[in-house]
Amino acid sequence: MKDTDIKRLLYAHLLCIFSIILSIFIPSFFLENFSILETHLTWLCICSVFVTAVNLVLYLVGKPNTSSKRSSLSYKVTRLLKCCIYFLMSCFSFHVIFVLYGAPLTELVLETFSLAVLLSTFTTVPCLCLLGPNFKAWLRVFSRNGATSIWENSLQITTISSFVGTWLGAFPIPLDWGRPWQEWPISCTLGATFGYMAGLVISPLWIYWNRKELTYKNN
Amino acid sequence: MRLGSGAFAACCVVIEVLGVALFLRGFFPAPICFSSRTENEAEPPAPEPSSGASSNWTKLPPPLFSKIVIVLIDGLRDDFVFGSKGVKFMPYTTYLVEKGPSHSFVAEAKPPTVTMPRIKALMTGSLPGFIDVVRNLNSPTLLEDSVISRARAAGKRIVFYGDETWVKLFPKHFVEYDGTTSFFVSDYTEVDDNVTRHLDKVLKRRDWDMLILHYLGLDHIGHISGPSSPLIGHKLSEMDGVLMKVHTSLLSEERETLVPNLLVLCADHGMAETGGHGASSPEEVNTPLVLISSAFGRKHGDIRHPKRVQQTDLAATLSIGLGLPIPENSVGSLLFPVVEGKPMREQLRFLHLNTVQLSKLLQENVPSYKKDPGFEQFKVSERLHGNWIRLYLEESSSEVLFNLGSKLRRQYLDALRTLSLSLSRQMAQYDVYSMVVGTVVVLEVLTLLLLSVPQALSSKAELDVPLLSPVFSLLFYLVLLVLSALHVIVCTSAGSRCYLCSLSWPAAGGVMVLISTLLCAVTSALAKTLARGKLLSQTPAHPISRWSELDLLILLGTVGHVLSLGASSFVEEEHQTWYFLINTLCLALCHEVYRSCFLGDDCGPQHCLHAEEEPEGATPALQAKRADCNVLELDAVSKGPSSVEVPRGCERWMVLASPWLVLTCCRLLRSLNQTGVQWAHRPDLGHWLTSSDHKAELSVLAALSLIMIFVLVQRRCSPASKVAMAFGLLGVYCYRAAIGNVLFPWQQDNKDISKGITEARFVYVFVLGILFTGTKDLLKSQVITTDSAARTLGLWEVYSGLVLLAALLFRPHNLPVLVLSLLVQAILTTFIWRPLRHDAAEITVMHYWFGQAFFYFQGNSNSITTVDISAGFVGLDTYMEIPAVFLTAFATYAGPVLWASHLVNFLSSETNSSSALSHACFCYALVCSFPVSAYIILVTSLRYHLFIWSVFSPKLLYEGMHLLVTAAVCVFFTAMDRTNTKS
Repeated sequence: MKDTDIKRLLYAHLLCIFSIILSIFIPSFFLENFSILETHLTWLCICSVFVTAVNLVLYLVGKPNTSSKRSSLSYKVTRLLKCCIYFLMSCFSFHVIFVLYGAPLTELVLETFSLAVLLSTFTTVPCLCLLGPNFKAWLRVFSRNGATSIWENSLQITTISSFVGTWLGAFPIPLDWGRPWQEWPISCTLGATFGYMAGLVISPLWIYWNRKELTYKNN
Repeated sequence: MRLGSGAFAACCVVIEVLGVALFLRGFFPAPICFSSRTENEAEPPAPEPSSGASSNWTKLPPPLFSKIVIVLIDGLRDDFVFGSKGVKFMPYTTYLVEKGPSHSFVAEAKPPTVTMPRIKALMTGSLPGFIDVVRNLNSPTLLEDSVISRARAAGKRIVFYGDETWVKLFPKHFVEYDGTTSFFVSDYTEVDDNVTRHLDKVLKRRDWDMLILHYLGLDHIGHISGPSSPLIGHKLSEMDGVLMKVHTSLLSEERETLVPNLLVLCADHGMAETGGHGASSPEEVNTPLVLISSAFGRKHGDIRHPKRVQQTDLAATLSIGLGLPIPENSVGSLLFPVVEGKPMREQLRFLHLNTVQLSKLLQENVPSYKKDPGFEQFKVSERLHGNWIRLYLEESSSEVLFNLGSKLRRQYLDALRTLSLSLSRQMAQYDVYSMVVGTVVVLEVLTLLLLSVPQALSSKAELDVPLLSPVFSLLFYLVLLVLSALHVIVCTSAGSRCYLCSLSWPAAGGVMVLISTLLCAVTSALAKTLARGKLLSQTPAHPISRWSELDLLILLGTVGHVLSLGASSFVEEEHQTWYFLINTLCLALCHEVYRSCFLGDDCGPQHCLHAEEEPEGATPALQAKRADCNVLELDAVSKGPSSVEVPRGCERWMVLASPWLVLTCCRLLRSLNQTGVQWAHRPDLGHWLTSSDHKAELSVLAALSLIMIFVLVQRRCSPASKVAMAFGLLGVYCYRAAIGNVLFPWQQDNKDISKGITEARFVYVFVLGILFTGTKDLLKSQVITTDSAARTLGLWEVYSGLVLLAALLFRPHNLPVLVLSLLVQAILTTFIWRPLRHDAAEITVMHYWFGQAFFYFQGNSNSITTVDISAGFVGLDTYMEIPAVFLTAFATYAGPVLWASHLVNFLSSETNSSSALSHACFCYALVCSFPVSAYIILVTSLRYHLFIWSVFSPKLLYEGMHLLVTAAVCVFFTAMDRTNTKS
């Protein structure tokens, strides 16, 4: 059972990586002067949209087994609304955290917020897809030995690596190299993206490597 | 010998301080100078070179100017004269610079850009060592050869008005002087009035040869409100008026005597964008130098870009101008435009004198001087000069003479430049031997600390110190023998100037004994650890202890911070590192709090596993392996059963909100003082508050802060100290009002600024009173009753005494730092550390991190510029070295010290484990000595880095000072620990 699961996981992750790569190349056909550094905000938006779309598609394809009780329309709508609210809240709380970390309060608000949106896309959207708007489940997954399936395990890894990537992305900012990518928040967004992609690559490999040790309570 | 781990750590840190001091002595080179100066006194000036024909000109050339006036304006930046500000506010000077008979230069001051070394550089032409900054305020008499001493020896009469530093440097050189003290930075009118009031009289008298005026006001304005303040404009206009007055008087005198005079406008250093100085930004380094004399031709040329010269060049120029020998340690070269109008023979003579002096200095200081290109150029030029003189005396045609002469002149100027450059480079000669010895001591101590981690953090908190072990005596004597042999070899080898060699034999021998003892101790500790590791690997299946995320973060943060010190930008912006780390720490704590609140005992099983472990000695091998960082192992040992009590109701909400509160506090503080280099010019709350328009807001803020301090501190004080605290804080406000920083609501327009000595001393009385009560309680708890409540009370009183002292010394806009520090401590204690039951090691490291962050929140940075020297004068009438140094050091390191003393309070009141304090002491010592040791190695390897003097050296001084503070803290810890064990 596990090998097929891991294979599915790998394909899903490859799709996510592919969507990020597409977000770099596709816009240059439609937009003039598109480059990651110069029109950074545009790229951020496109990247977020692409990743969200891929995640949603994967969710719809991969999780059809909803019970009849849960398939009622009102339930779905409230769930969707809840998800949206969760997403927005995570964007705002990320924004607040960036400001607490020292991002300027009044200047570059749009840039900071788009970084928050990007990071939410990399972390909150997969969480919402996989766990639903259930805060306790999130806390459970993100504490030690809390994962109950390889999907949750991979979620742990990608989310943490996105965070770590963003965190590490802040390091070059004080260096006096004067490069364009050292400006706020470019290095952080790049760090987040690289971290996310690294997490996507690492998590199937790691799970494959440790498939003997990984025994989950539920299965 | 068995020692408690706290005492052991304190001893280690004290030894480490010695090692660092030795390293510092070797790292900061002593200034280059003539080793034997007495015999040079009577040396005749170098005669004019001549080949064959004998020149009759062996005496010094006559002075070029009859009178010299030096107007030195402290903190005058080049753009204040040559930039738009100069045009606007200094019209007369601008006129002189653009059209008058003058030569203008941009003189580059070498860091440290602090007044005393700069005055020395201007007057001796030498480059004072970096270590002179430390002695800046306590300027001892200058024994070196200088323009002033030469002038005095030649019988010139020198008059001086201005900064007292000069009078201390040259105590008996002035026939008349009036020193103003740079004591009150907030006063910027009276200091200058005290100089100007003498001006009319002295200009009329004309019985002097040299007049020096040192104006301090501009620098004070810079310190108060920065270079863009409107006050700067007024001050510049005032200075322009002074310059005009002096110049007119000199001109009118010249009309009578027909001998040209010289007026010099210069500055000791510039002014950074934040208003301070001390570092090496272009704004601090570039100073104007304008020479005005009717002997010069009217100006042509491009005044927007004056030529760049060195500040040291002025000494040589002044000596030539006064007809004196050039100071023998001067590394400067003559400012050639000054003598341009003279006949060719005189020009060459001046250049020759200067080159001879420089090459002599080179011979003294460089063993291989003959290979120096400058020296070779000098020899060639001197030979050519001889030929030229022969031609001259034979009276060849003037055109040939002129052409040859100008070629020779060019050669001389090249030689001068090369010589001057290679002499300046000589400054970077390190005393490698002392550096190596210091590094070895520090590294041995660090290794010893690391190797003893498992033992020291065991529940007994005791360890064997194998000092007297006879097995190692052979090794000890062998090492000692080898070291002594090395010492003899190094010291007898030629061409090295070592501090260690200049020490007396017993002292040097003591160092050797210390090194070999430490080596033996390290070896035995290593052997013990290895043996234990072997033992452990034989017993199978020791449980894998995993660290919590917090431990991992602490570990990574410590290592990451140390690694970041290798990059100059990270040293400049070290505050960012700490802010980043404590933010991450708060978020990690937040995660932990939320998990424990929402999920309860989710991670219970693991901790139960830990609790079952045999606490002592079970995991030392593992610990030794990862020993290279800290401390964190303790959680496997002493974390109790982790049935975290989940609080209910209101308190639960407070617990949930507390990490965010702490984060908000840190963010507020971060915007209070912009520090560092890259973003230092950004507007911040501190500047907004200190500007004179917002005095009312500042007063309200200061008053509120003082009230908050009282509220936060009085909780655990005894009634007597509560009252004392209230009066003390009231006194702080009165003091600030008296020196004019804040306002009383009832006196809006009262302008009389006093020194506030009475008020400050009033506060000191209460500080001492509270400290005394605290100490009394501590002693009582130790001697009479074994009462832990009295001990807690005493510790808290000592702590509150320190808080009161800090409140007095902090500038009023920094009082919120103190308040928020108390607030954060209270929040973390009540809502995080107490419920989550972190162990002593984790809490220690967290305290250390917060202490470091608060060091930067205060507005400190890693450059000398930000040290607030005015704290050293609070309540003092005159400069007294020991109290001033102590007060300044306390005010600078108040953040780390207050957090450390809070740590003692917390551990002794909250935990009931008797070993917590010694664990904490050990961890604190380890965490502090790790960066120092690593930084010493980094600096040694980067000693030829471009930024070594501007970035890395100040940081090295800070690290050394920090280690000293740490040693004091550790000794305090150990003393507390002793009282604990006795009771």
